[in-house]
Amino acid sequence: MKKHLLGTICLSVVLGLAATAAQAEQVKLGIAAEPYPPFTSPDASGNWQGWEIDFAKAVCEEAELDCVVTPVAWDGIIPALTSNKIDMIVGSMSITPERQQTIDFSDKYYNTPTIVIGAKDLEFEATPEGLSDKTLGVQVATIHQVYANKHFAPAGATIREYQTQDEANNDLAAGRLDAVQADSIALKAFLKTEAGQACCEEKGVVAADVEVLGPGVGIGLRKGDTELKEKLNAAIKEVRANGTYAEISKKYFDFDPWGN
Amino acid sequence: MSAVASATAAPDQAPTRRLQTHRVILVLVALALIGMAIAFGRWDWLPRYGPRLWSGLLMTLAMLAGSACLGFLLAVPLGLVQVTGPVWLKVPAQAFCTVIRGTPLLLQLWLLYYGLGSLFPSIPEIRTSFLWPYLREAWPYGLAALTISFAAYEGEVMRGAFAGVPAGELQAARAFGMSRGQTLRRIWLPRALHRALPTLSGETVLQLKSTPLVATITVVDLYGVISRVRQETYLVYEPLLLLAAIYMILTAILVLVFRFFENRIPTRGH
Amino acid sequence: MIDWSLLALDPPGWGGVLLQGLFATLQIAIGGYLLGAVIGIFGALGKLYGGPVTRDLMEVYTTIVRAVPELILILILYYAGTDLLNQLLGLVGWGPVDISGLAAGIFVIGVVQGAYSTEVIRGAIKAIPPGQLEAARAFGFSPATVLRRITIPAMLPYAIPGLANLWLIATKDTALLAVVGFSELTLVTRQAAGTTKSYMLFFLAAGALYLAVTLISNAVIGMVERRSRRGFARPG
Repeated sequence: MKKHLLGTICLSVVLGLAATAAQAEQVKLGIAAEPYPPFTSPDASGNWQGWEIDFAKAVCEEAELDCVVTPVAWDGIIPALTSNKIDMIVGSMSITPERQQTIDFSDKYYNTPTIVIGAKDLEFEATPEGLSDKTLGVQVATIHQVYANKHFAPAGATIREYQTQDEANNDLAAGRLDAVQADSIALKAFLKTEAGQACCEEKGVVAADVEVLGPGVGIGLRKGDTELKEKLNAAIKEVRANGTYAEISKKYFDFDPWGN
Repeated sequence: MSAVASATAAPDQAPTRRLQTHRVILVLVALALIGMAIAFGRWDWLPRYGPRLWSGLLMTLAMLAGSACLGFLLAVPLGLVQVTGPVWLKVPAQAFCTVIRGTPLLLQLWLLYYGLGSLFPSIPEIRTSFLWPYLREAWPYGLAALTISFAAYEGEVMRGAFAGVPAGELQAARAFGMSRGQTLRRIWLPRALHRALPTLSGETVLQLKSTPLVATITVVDLYGVISRVRQETYLVYEPLLLLAAIYMILTAILVLVFRFFENRIPTRGH
Repeated sequence: MIDWSLLALDPPGWGGVLLQGLFATLQIAIGGYLLGAVIGIFGALGKLYGGPVTRDLMEVYTTIVRAVPELILILILYYAGTDLLNQLLGLVGWGPVDISGLAAGIFVIGVVQGAYSTEVIRGAIKAIPPGQLEAARAFGFSPATVLRRITIPAMLPYAIPGLANLWLIATKDTALLAVVGFSELTLVTRQAAGTTKSYMLFFLAAGALYLAVTLISNAVIGMVERRSRRGFARPG
């Protein structure tokens, strides 16, 4: 038996790779592997849930796609898409001209203003002057990172960049940040938590910059994946029209996240 | 770890160092590959990020030098008490080395930064203390985690080094009438340090390879800057390949520097 | 103050998720370790008996892996490795295959481990008394038989301490896959901690799990070492 050890190991490795290669024709729905409530967050049974997960499932069902939720690291989610590890990004990713040079987007499926929240014991506004002597936390590879570095950093703000939004919020609660910039829905959800209520409050909406902030959130797709794009666009339209969208939103929000 | 450390130290010298035909061809192939990477890759971002890469490099080196020096200072007593200390020092030192060596550095880093850090706001004394401006920053946590890790691995090496000093030398020192402190200072410690030196090169290279982890807690080191490049340019490979090349150069410099010092320290006998 | 019920095995406790993460960690560690050992055997043979080109290529491989941080190797291999494989398969006409995160993780850890295994096994093979190999060849054993019957069994006692060390490193290196978003123990711990805001509790719990793996491994390694040393002269 011992002498076959080597052969057995080789064979099992090859078989293992082959077995995982066997299933095809599934669409891998990439999400960020981090808690981003209320859009995506893991639950105690190891599943992912939230508004965006429900929405994605509804769209997949409408488009008759066999979608598999595949968590990947947010800061590598675009490389994961372009190197075929996932087939679409449903991760609250804003449609921006910058990203459109590399990937394609479906039509937008929600849009929220960008806000800044900060410690209660500090008085300031969400302007370059207000943040000039503050430490501002943003998540890496987001429109907020780009925006903060373009508008707030030149005025003197210190920008700290976090791998996940959750960790930025955590550091704000821990007093290691003065402010955090992100989507209003995600931040307002944080402000409603115990830690958020204790430490922080909304400081205001940031000034518009469509070039950076984009017209809303879309599903990220590989360039040239037009068939999938058309299917998804039709499905988003249908889900929005037939009331599924409103139904899902009611579960999580008291407003319509579609935006304008 | 010691096996890896010694494996990292120095490859066997090949018997012939002549320039052989196949080697020339391999070098040409390598140059061609590098040439292709330069010609077909996108490198226009490089000048824009030059200054930031430089400050990232300095941060990486500061993390490496700081944690290696502090860690080594901690490792000496850690090794010593494991060999000769009283039980109440020996057991905690052993436990410390086992726990740190038995868990991933990434986890320790996150435990320190996000775990301990999230406890601080509940203690008002800390927020009003003079330490708070430092505790708000990320680098002290990174430095602490790297230092602890280096101390645990090198502490294990020092334990072996202290235990390995021949008992006869220590007895001779006592016979000359040296006190315990003098024996330690004049004989035991220098001999143990001498024995531990060859492993230091390997351990320091391993430490260099651990430093990029601090980028996960918002310290902007070399890896952090490259991550930024990756996110802003959406390039998958070029920044990572550059980063790999930089670390290879750093490793080579480290190994050469250590070899230089090792050659200057006379080794006779043993 | 500490809510231990968060660690309960069934939801709403996160204990089950942590154990799933531990299972994924062990799968990758075992798979990567074995793949690394196979690479190590061929790498060592290549370095010892291969032609000059093979030797130099092996040297390049082990040098690069030992000089570049694991985190960066993992990122490069995770994205580039599977991408290249798919492009190669595309050239052959097999079309893109779906490489699971698990397979990619095993591949990545295996390639990193392989470089260290190569060095450990090469050292062990060099420690075999040359007479044993010469005797086998004198009996007319083919090179493959020598490898199977003599080289591998005879080098194992010399290789075990180094290989045991590599196993411990493999279990800890899997944590780096958290950075590419693979749901192993460290990442699920981070997610659980972030969702529940009990950072200390979960990081300590995960630390305890890793430590348990190390301590159990140490006990098993001790037994294996004693067994493999039977018949050897006691040192000292």
